[in-house]
Amino acid sequence: MTKTLLIGVGALYRSDDRVGLLIARHFKDRMIAGLEVVEHHGEGTGLMELWEDEAHVIVVDAAQSGTAPVGTLHEFDAISNPLPASFLHYSSHLFGLAEAVELSRTMSGLPQSFLVYAIEGEDFSHSETMSPAVEKAMNELILKLEERLA
Amino acid sequence: MSKTTTRTIKVDDLARVEGEGALYLRVRGEEIQDLKFRIHEPPRFFEALLQGRDYSEAPDITARICGICPIAYIMGATHAMEDALGVTVGSEMRDLRRLVYCGEWIESHVLHAFLLHAPDFLGYEDSISLSKDHPEVVKKALAIKKTGNKILEVIGGRAIHPVNLKVGGIFKAPKKAAMEALAVELEAGLKIAVELTEFVSGLTFPDYHYDYTCVSLKHPDEYAITEGRLVSNKGMDIAIADFEKHFGEEHVEHSNALHGVAKETGGAYLTGPIARFNNNFDQLSPKAKKLAKKAGLNGHCDNPFQSIVVRMIETVYAFEESLRLAKAYQPLKVPSIDITPRAGEGFGCTEAPRGICYHSYELDKKGLIRKARIMPPTSQNQKQIERDLWGVVEKNLDLSDDDLKWRCEQTIRNYDPCISCATHFLKLTIERE
Repeated sequence: MTKTLLIGVGALYRSDDRVGLLIARHFKDRMIAGLEVVEHHGEGTGLMELWEDEAHVIVVDAAQSGTAPVGTLHEFDAISNPLPASFLHYSSHLFGLAEAVELSRTMSGLPQSFLVYAIEGEDFSHSETMSPAVEKAMNELILKLEERLA
Repeated sequence: MSKTTTRTIKVDDLARVEGEGALYLRVRGEEIQDLKFRIHEPPRFFEALLQGRDYSEAPDITARICGICPIAYIMGATHAMEDALGVTVGSEMRDLRRLVYCGEWIESHVLHAFLLHAPDFLGYEDSISLSKDHPEVVKKALAIKKTGNKILEVIGGRAIHPVNLKVGGIFKAPKKAAMEALAVELEAGLKIAVELTEFVSGLTFPDYHYDYTCVSLKHPDEYAITEGRLVSNKGMDIAIADFEKHFGEEHVEHSNALHGVAKETGGAYLTGPIARFNNNFDQLSPKAKKLAKKAGLNGHCDNPFQSIVVRMIETVYAFEESLRLAKAYQPLKVPSIDITPRAGEGFGCTEAPRGICYHSYELDKKGLIRKARIMPPTSQNQKQIERDLWGVVEKNLDLSDDDLKWRCEQTIRNYDPCISCATHFLKLTIERE
């Protein structure tokens, strides 16, 4: 199987921001051949270091567009289009995923394939629980990725 | 602009700070009617989360407060626990802690200086625009930031939320060969850090000066990072255990985050690179001092916009210290000390990249945490940020709304505020009537 890097972005103690990390943990436990899984807090330059030598990258994250219903799954092909920065700047670090993708594009180029899945969240306060709609969307995304990575 | 005109400027998001912040500013003619640096802080989740947990869990849990400076939280919690448990680590472990902390200074300072702050001085919207015109500068910054991360990987086991450090020592001592390879990278990184310091020294800085109360650690033998007494340039000299006798937090109506205050004056104080630089300049290396003098900073800095230069001078120093410590490293024979839990109270304070980060804990006889208190540097600086904003706005009322907004954001970014440590979301609103 072609090697793929799956990066789960988020913060474990920030409610809906947990979702990327929990998806990463699911796939870490699955030990799928050719799939490398990394958890990351979302600081942009660290993300760039992770994917700089990779050919195929998938990022899962939470999003806060403010316009989509909670639990909406946003899908982006970062090779085709820039990520909308406003979607992803809920992060505790504003040099985040969207900025890192664009800086990589400018500086050294992106991996051959680069998919971003982001689940619309509503609660990013300090807590260890997620909104029910985000949890539902997480389970659906896991199934989708299972099919893709099978 | 007519003196009778009242202007309202609204800005809803503060860009390029760690986290999201907000500023509300209302100006009438040439008078500031109202200025509030607002932070909405949720309950002190981490302090509550720690209650009832084992002492050994505190470093890892608090490291999750901030992805940029996990070492500051790990080390503050570790020192406080060791204080409570009557544990003293040896000089080799102490050196290893100083080395990993230098790694955090490097990665945090370089990230802020070049990816977040430098665009302000060069008129770019962000670092992506900066990288189009100055690709070599950004490339070099990314390279040395990566070296900072490498230090965390070698000692902490990984750059993101390091897992190898513990109360009483370290789980697994780094291999000598890994440290030798690190030293090679550090040699190369030091040269680049000097070049980048010269680059930021040549920037043009807005004219603003303030007589800060600079609070930092001070150590008799070294530029303080992990240990020392708490001192100020106004004569304070106290043990870390006395922090809460001298500093407190006050709730202000417009912000859910608590503002740090010096109890004696009731006023603001400054912590972070400029405070350290002003209090401990003599203990910097000759190379760092020479670069500072070349930048016009002969042991004193009172212009907060020059914090970008001070950050890079500290980066050069951190590279030199890292190199010295990596070269001298001998694998630890005893990676950690055995600990017997006991009841007690302990205090820890270290110099996070953004300033002093204070921890205190009370343990019961089983070593379970009864009470925790953490004061991150951004909370402590918040009142001073607001004071700087008053001063900067007063001096720049002739600017257009857009330019004034930019200058305000730049002022806040002088502090490299890790608002995510102090709070969650923060919006920026400037009103000029």
